[in-house]
Amino acid sequence: MLLCNVAADHFNNCFLILMLGAVNVDLQTDATLQVDISDALSERDKVKFTVHTKSTLPNFKQNEFSVVRQHEEFIWLHDSFVENEEYAGYIIPPAPPKPDFDASREKLQKLGEGEGSMTKEEFTKMKQELEAEYLAIFKKTVAMHEVFLCRVAAHPVLRKDLNFHVFLEYNQDLSVRGKNKKEKLEDFFKNVVKSADGVLVAGVKDVDDFFEHEKTFLLEYHNRVKDSSAKSDRMIRSHKSAADDINRIASTLYTLGTQDSTDLCKFFLKVSELFEKTRKIEARVAADEDLKLADLLKYYLRESQAAKDLLYRRGRALVDYENANKALDKARAKNKDVLQAETTQQVCCQKFEKISESAKQELIDFKTRRVAAFRKNLVELAELELKHAKGNLQLLQSCLGVLKGDT
Amino acid sequence: MRSTGSYAHQRCVACAQNISNQKLVQGILDSIPSPEAACLSAEDISPSSNGPRDDDPDDLFAEATEEVSLDSPERQPILSDGPSPAITPVTPVMISPRVDVFDRSPDQDEDEEENRDTFDIQISVSDPEKVGDGMNAYMVYKVTTKTSLSIFSRDEVCVKRRFSDFLGLYSKLASKYMHMGYIVPPAPEKSIVGMTKVKVGKEDLSSVEFVEKRRSALERYLLRTVKHPALLKDPDVLQFLESSELPRAVSTQALSGAGILRMVNKAADAVNKMTIKMNESDAWFEEKQQQFENLDVQLRKLHASVESLVCHRKELSVNTASFAKSAAMLGNSEDHTALSRALSQLAEVEEKIDQLHQDQSYADFYLISELLGDYVRLITAVKGVFDQRMKAWAKWQDAQVMLQRKREAEAKLQYANKPDKLQQATDEIREWEGKVQQGERDFEQISKNIRREVGRFEKDRVKDFRVVIIKYLESLVHTQQQLIKYWEAFLPEAKAIA
Repeated sequence: MLLCNVAADHFNNCFLILMLGAVNVDLQTDATLQVDISDALSERDKVKFTVHTKSTLPNFKQNEFSVVRQHEEFIWLHDSFVENEEYAGYIIPPAPPKPDFDASREKLQKLGEGEGSMTKEEFTKMKQELEAEYLAIFKKTVAMHEVFLCRVAAHPVLRKDLNFHVFLEYNQDLSVRGKNKKEKLEDFFKNVVKSADGVLVAGVKDVDDFFEHEKTFLLEYHNRVKDSSAKSDRMIRSHKSAADDINRIASTLYTLGTQDSTDLCKFFLKVSELFEKTRKIEARVAADEDLKLADLLKYYLRESQAAKDLLYRRGRALVDYENANKALDKARAKNKDVLQAETTQQVCCQKFEKISESAKQELIDFKTRRVAAFRKNLVELAELELKHAKGNLQLLQSCLGVLKGDT
Repeated sequence: MRSTGSYAHQRCVACAQNISNQKLVQGILDSIPSPEAACLSAEDISPSSNGPRDDDPDDLFAEATEEVSLDSPERQPILSDGPSPAITPVTPVMISPRVDVFDRSPDQDEDEEENRDTFDIQISVSDPEKVGDGMNAYMVYKVTTKTSLSIFSRDEVCVKRRFSDFLGLYSKLASKYMHMGYIVPPAPEKSIVGMTKVKVGKEDLSSVEFVEKRRSALERYLLRTVKHPALLKDPDVLQFLESSELPRAVSTQALSGAGILRMVNKAADAVNKMTIKMNESDAWFEEKQQQFENLDVQLRKLHASVESLVCHRKELSVNTASFAKSAAMLGNSEDHTALSRALSQLAEVEEKIDQLHQDQSYADFYLISELLGDYVRLITAVKGVFDQRMKAWAKWQDAQVMLQRKREAEAKLQYANKPDKLQQATDEIREWEGKVQQGERDFEQISKNIRREVGRFEKDRVKDFRVVIIKYLESLVHTQQQLIKYWEAFLPEAKAIA
């Protein structure tokens, strides 16, 4: 496909660093382990990411190496973390969303079909825009995958995970196929059970004020972030539509300018030129809002879900612990299987305490990360909005100056 | 005749809103600082008027809905749609619309120019009032004319008019002047949906907007009409502006005889257009017709794009408001105090921005979209005038054909030697010679008129577009300046998150 070459050729690392910084502000660039996605290729129905690692850790055979990974392998890695009991007390970095070019591809196809019905300039213009859109989506998905890896690499415990190292180093295909129908169905039931369970577990009042507060907070916060994320998406879409209209207006004004027999022809041409430029700025405004606001909200939607999952796991462990206590009391009363009950109770207690301890730190870190990310993004959003508004203003005023001077 | 006491002065709630809506729009348009001197010429108030497409077939049914009233006394259909009968002239000066009066020399064109510079007349359409109930209800508008021109009897006149009165005025002017090649500005279009909502008493935002849109359109229509030097002096126009009583324009009704006659004429015109094949000897006309054709296409396209922009900007405003509320909620649930405050501030900024978008969409609409709509309709009128010229040519040609036939008939009679019939034939030949000469004169006159009209039209067009586009750009400047203000206020708040 022609476009994949475009994507590969025009790949811009700077964009990645921006995106990376957008959601993970305090990830120190640690010399012991640095991970990034140095390249990506978009093919018919999949994206191939080149994961590049630089490390001084002894675990790895080399100091610097690269492998090629696909989206399913990222999911496999994420799921392996979730299923690992050892990591129950951590916020598992949320999995990156699946690359979705369907909408963009459809639009390109429609454009191809409608080629005959529009002028050559219009067609080229629209094609360029759709290609830019495709490229933007592509860059975003690459950034999301990279953020996931960086979060793992920055986490003091997760970065030592064996699966993670295999993911980074093993230069063959991990043969991780996507889940088949049966497995998907199993997952579905698991989720149903989990949410029912989650309700039960959430009902258990926590002795610890910190966790009780976090539970209430996260529940509400998660819902509100979801709402804001959806609304910001809608707002940005309207903005893009308006920019598209201005594009069409600019084209028609241009035609009018070329056809008009009166003094208006120069007028129309000047205004057409102006709108072409302001439209580009408007499109950039929408794109920046998307990046700084919508993406931020989307990311924290996923992170807050991961935090909720952590609380659920802790709640589950608490319930288990309390049940084990009750069982021990019963055993002691009956004086039957007391040792077994004692060991079970010990295990549950240890598990619960381990989770609680790491969970507390994780949640505090989550808050710190969140505040920093919002601050950075909101500041950058405001700065960009200002930059674009000033740019627009300057264009408008200079054009007005010329037009008024002509009369 | 309508009796004065029959106006049921029912001030509906919407009217108050209408005024405020009108003031809102005017406020937006006025708040845009304009460096041009605030001269009180008609141009500055609203530079554009609009009008319906006179040949809109939907008109028939629209008229039926609006005008038919079972207990309205004047249902006598007027069978002739021709020049209106002599109406009591209110004005001291009466100029009858005969062709030779408007036969201007180049010097007189210059005079016309000068007169236009001292053109001093202000017209405003305001205070829409709903009269009556249910399906018989209608809106009445106040038309105020302020002028120092001598043809008016007073400096300031206020009259009450309803929509059909405007249509009636247009109808009369069109029948008087169009066949001479004058571009008569079309009146605003009828709208069944919009009007029905207003009648039914729905006082929601859309019907308020509809009434405001119509009021604005009627104002532009009148301003455009009086800008035309010939129309300004027309007795019907003067009567419309000054007379407190106006005979009900029944001939605008669809089911009246006039309506049916109009329908028949439109059909006949359409057929004629297809069958008349004119030998265009004048390249100017051919070129102009093509130009107007192209202009028509592009303006319609532009109009559609602008309407789409208005729609999307309204949508953007709504979505921004909704996001602002959501961000406020998010700020409330955020437990980090500084971030919470910043999010609330963001919500406030977005709320202000949504209002900004809404105001901008009003400007988009009232400045650009309506102007384009007006011009699309005006160009239809221009094309109509070219068609009239074609008809005049056809008439002239038919007369020539007839003359030829009469001459042939006479020749035959001479041969057959029938002296009494011969005299008749000779008389007929003279008659038709006269008609041929008249036909040629008419054709030349209309061609001359059209040239002048098109020149005037183009001048106005250039001025209108220039003024409106500059005003529109100024509104965009204002929006950007506000945006800068809002974001500059927000930035320190965002930076303050610790």
